[in-house]
Amino acid sequence: MNELTKIETTLKDWETDQEVRWCPGCGDYAILKAVQRTLPQIGADPSKTVFVSGIGCSSRFPYYVESYGFHTIHGRAPAFVTGIKLANPELDVWMVTGDGDGMSIGGNHTMHLLRRNVDCQILLFNNEIYGLTKGQYSPTSRRGTTSPTSPAGSVDRPANPCAFALGSGARFVARGYDVSKDLGDVLVAAHAHKGAAFIEIFQNCIVYNKDVFDDFTQKKVAAETQVWAIHGEPLAFGAGKDKVPTKGLARDVDNMTLKVVDIEGGDWQAAGVMVHDQTNRSLAHMLVELEFGPFPMVLGVIYDDPRPTYDGAIAEQMQAARAKGTAKNRGDLAALLAKGQTWTVSGTAQDPI
Amino acid sequence: MAETGNPVAVTDAVTVRFAGDSGDGMQLTGGQFTLSTALAGNDLATFPDFPAEIRAPQGTLFGVSAFQINFGSTAIETAGDAPDVLVAMNPAALKVNLSALNPGGLIIADSGEFTQRNLDKAKYDTNPLEDGSLAKWDLMAFDISAQTLEAVKPFGLGNKEALRCKNMWTLGLALWMFDRPREPIHQWLKQKFAKAPELADANIAALDAGHAYGETAEISGPIRQVHVDPVESEPGLYRTITGAESVSLGLVAGAQLAELPMFFGGYPITPASAILHHLARLREFDVTTFQAEDEIAAICAAIGASYAGHLGVTSSSGPGIALKTEAMGLAIMTELPLVIVNSQRGGPSTGLPTKTEQSDLYQAVYGRNGDAPMPVVAARSPADAFECAIEACRIAVQYMTPVMLLTDGYIANAAEPWKVPDPETFEPFPVQFLTEKNGEQLLPYKRDETGKRPWIKPGTPGLMHRIGGIEKDALTGNISYDPANHQLMTDVRKAKIDGVSVPDQEVCLGNDSGRLVLVGWGSTYGPIHQAVRRARKRGLDVSHVHVRHVWPLPKNLGPLLKGFDKVLVPEMNTGQFKTVLRDQFLVDAQPLTKTSGQPFAIAEIEDAICDALGEPRPGQIGGEVAVNDTQLPTPESVEQ
Repeated sequence: MNELTKIETTLKDWETDQEVRWCPGCGDYAILKAVQRTLPQIGADPSKTVFVSGIGCSSRFPYYVESYGFHTIHGRAPAFVTGIKLANPELDVWMVTGDGDGMSIGGNHTMHLLRRNVDCQILLFNNEIYGLTKGQYSPTSRRGTTSPTSPAGSVDRPANPCAFALGSGARFVARGYDVSKDLGDVLVAAHAHKGAAFIEIFQNCIVYNKDVFDDFTQKKVAAETQVWAIHGEPLAFGAGKDKVPTKGLARDVDNMTLKVVDIEGGDWQAAGVMVHDQTNRSLAHMLVELEFGPFPMVLGVIYDDPRPTYDGAIAEQMQAARAKGTAKNRGDLAALLAKGQTWTVSGTAQDPI
Repeated sequence: MAETGNPVAVTDAVTVRFAGDSGDGMQLTGGQFTLSTALAGNDLATFPDFPAEIRAPQGTLFGVSAFQINFGSTAIETAGDAPDVLVAMNPAALKVNLSALNPGGLIIADSGEFTQRNLDKAKYDTNPLEDGSLAKWDLMAFDISAQTLEAVKPFGLGNKEALRCKNMWTLGLALWMFDRPREPIHQWLKQKFAKAPELADANIAALDAGHAYGETAEISGPIRQVHVDPVESEPGLYRTITGAESVSLGLVAGAQLAELPMFFGGYPITPASAILHHLARLREFDVTTFQAEDEIAAICAAIGASYAGHLGVTSSSGPGIALKTEAMGLAIMTELPLVIVNSQRGGPSTGLPTKTEQSDLYQAVYGRNGDAPMPVVAARSPADAFECAIEACRIAVQYMTPVMLLTDGYIANAAEPWKVPDPETFEPFPVQFLTEKNGEQLLPYKRDETGKRPWIKPGTPGLMHRIGGIEKDALTGNISYDPANHQLMTDVRKAKIDGVSVPDQEVCLGNDSGRLVLVGWGSTYGPIHQAVRRARKRGLDVSHVHVRHVWPLPKNLGPLLKGFDKVLVPEMNTGQFKTVLRDQFLVDAQPLTKTSGQPFAIAEIEDAICDALGEPRPGQIGGEVAVNDTQLPTPESVEQ
């Protein structure tokens, strides 16, 4: 994000006149609303905000946000984001992608956007399926997913977007899901992070991959199966928000990993539950790798430890070069053209024909 | 050749001089290179130049030994007055031979020998490889001594013996650069060192290592394609310029004329990388360069920058251009300005990275999915590339469209004299961004009389809108699947590019009607021009037309070509421009094609002119100077 003058807007100001064309009941609607609620909250300026997307269901997003928007080509949104930010670092850029767009065809670009640390927010809608092309299994689909291209069940192992992001050098990694009331807080934190902020948002594709996240998103199981990473707070869960927790994540020193422990009478310290430190990279690696089932799904801001941005560093170098050089007008172009070894001709040799 | 009164200015030959200490085996190197050249079917002349002293003190100026060879694909009359390439094995060799080297020529130097001691012996105060005094030439300095030692390590030679293989390493590099075969040298070394096979093996290893070095580093020989006498009739300031420099400077000038900052996205590829290298040093000219993770990211970032209000530019060669194709379609669809430089090389696929070809014309004009028209401009020479780059920038911003600028490996690497232009003589084309709504509501695709839509920078208050690759409504730019709208948008995109204003085609040599016209484009300019000039001197009715605007073509080109009985199209591909001309004008254009990775020789084109006109070829009527056979070393004479 940028230090911009805060602008007063309402959710309505961020809606376009375009008919939203996602399937009724799609998780994308909830994410769109969460974003449109967040933008006024952070004081975003519609004329300085740019939504950039690739191809896929999620990538229709820019058409529905009343800001600048660029719906580009499959997988390449990160490269467009980089060009936009290098050309004008003042713009507040949000990138919207999906598991196919960002992890498959565009995996390379996602890696480099994160590695370079271009200042932007990356929303990766993960529905574990190719929706727009009618339900082929995706790089995040679980093993055994049956689909038109894997009628006997998929056999390749799924990619883990947050682990991929950390491995690529991301300095901000978070998770949320479409209908989560807390998604807005994650978006606010991502926007406050100066640099590439990566958010994996689990999103329910009700047509081709219905309810695959029910095991942790359903109200009745949420308390038992979600742990929210909050900086300075214990990694505890089991009873729901603001209630006395019954379980937590503790160090498993022998195995250099984490384990689930029971909390007696709310005394999480006695149970050895870890306090979340969002600047601890090793912890972040462990949290994103925890296998769901034996472990709860880790959500919230898992990692947030900013470093200088690529666009900021390039802008500094450009500034320094401009200050050093005198060449800004056309006269100096003449000097540039005449650089190097030159000689003067005053002869009168003629072209023979 | 002598007709210009300046025999060195017009040449389709390369002159190489090997120079080193008399103990470095330069004559051997030169002699073997000569043999390989003769075996490769080239005409040549050589000029061995060795010191009177059989063994002068090592490293001294009078101990320098040199061997020069001039070779080419047409009759060679002299050993070449000034070398194009100087191989300098030590500082003394450089000092003695430098004055002879052509401006813009290539120096290959053994940096390992440029020690303080050797610099003192050659009476250099500072190291010429480092003090910038060689700026007038291309310099390739590497530690040949160290490379050689490494290559012959397995054979257990002493240091001194090992270093004596340096000449074979250098010879290997030269064989790579000029496409000479290694096999005869292998045979000769085996024969020469029959009694000491380890020496034969070491020398062969050094030779192969030098050859491999050239291949791995993709060092290309300075193919001195026939270039036109630089016509130094116009007084003024001149400099030498390579195509890569010229394109870079032209882009900087173009951006300034458009009053825009430039964004250049590139990815390393031979031979296009040089443009990225040049521009990376020009930040004070408001040039942002971005070395992307791949070719696709390079163009996409450039389009992103154009969207944000910069002049986006990307550059590559054939295979990289193929990767960029989808993104070009997006730039066409969203109607954003963009310049794409294609330094063509031999194809298809990886093809011949260091060789020149013109085989990307179909790719430039037709090579995209959908009806995706795009202007194409082709540079004819290193110097011409400057104006072509400006022209590409002009069309891009004046019509809100991507434009492809075609050069090739020869233009990119070759250097030629260039009259430094005055930037004030170019007409500026400043860009006006839209800053207020252009109707009751904002209409991002409402066009002006030239068919271009407004350029709206994100960050402009109140002009928020969405663009993308899906077909859009003709005015609002919103997604539209309406059949009539798609028909309309396809038509207006085509009409906009068809209507791009390009200057009328001129005849660059000869009359504007007659028996035969040669139509060329790109770097074939030199040989076509020379061949037509020679033919005209012999009274043949032939003209030369050279097309810069490959798409859209000049409006008068069709009628112009129809004024000739015959149309011959020489090009370094299988006849791509010929197809375009036939399609566009229904003229009976005949191809003259060449795809050997080598440029046309004048004689080849001259012969084709004669054939087309039913005249005897020049070779059949005599007059060419024969090779001086006595200068050709034989293995025997070399061994002595």
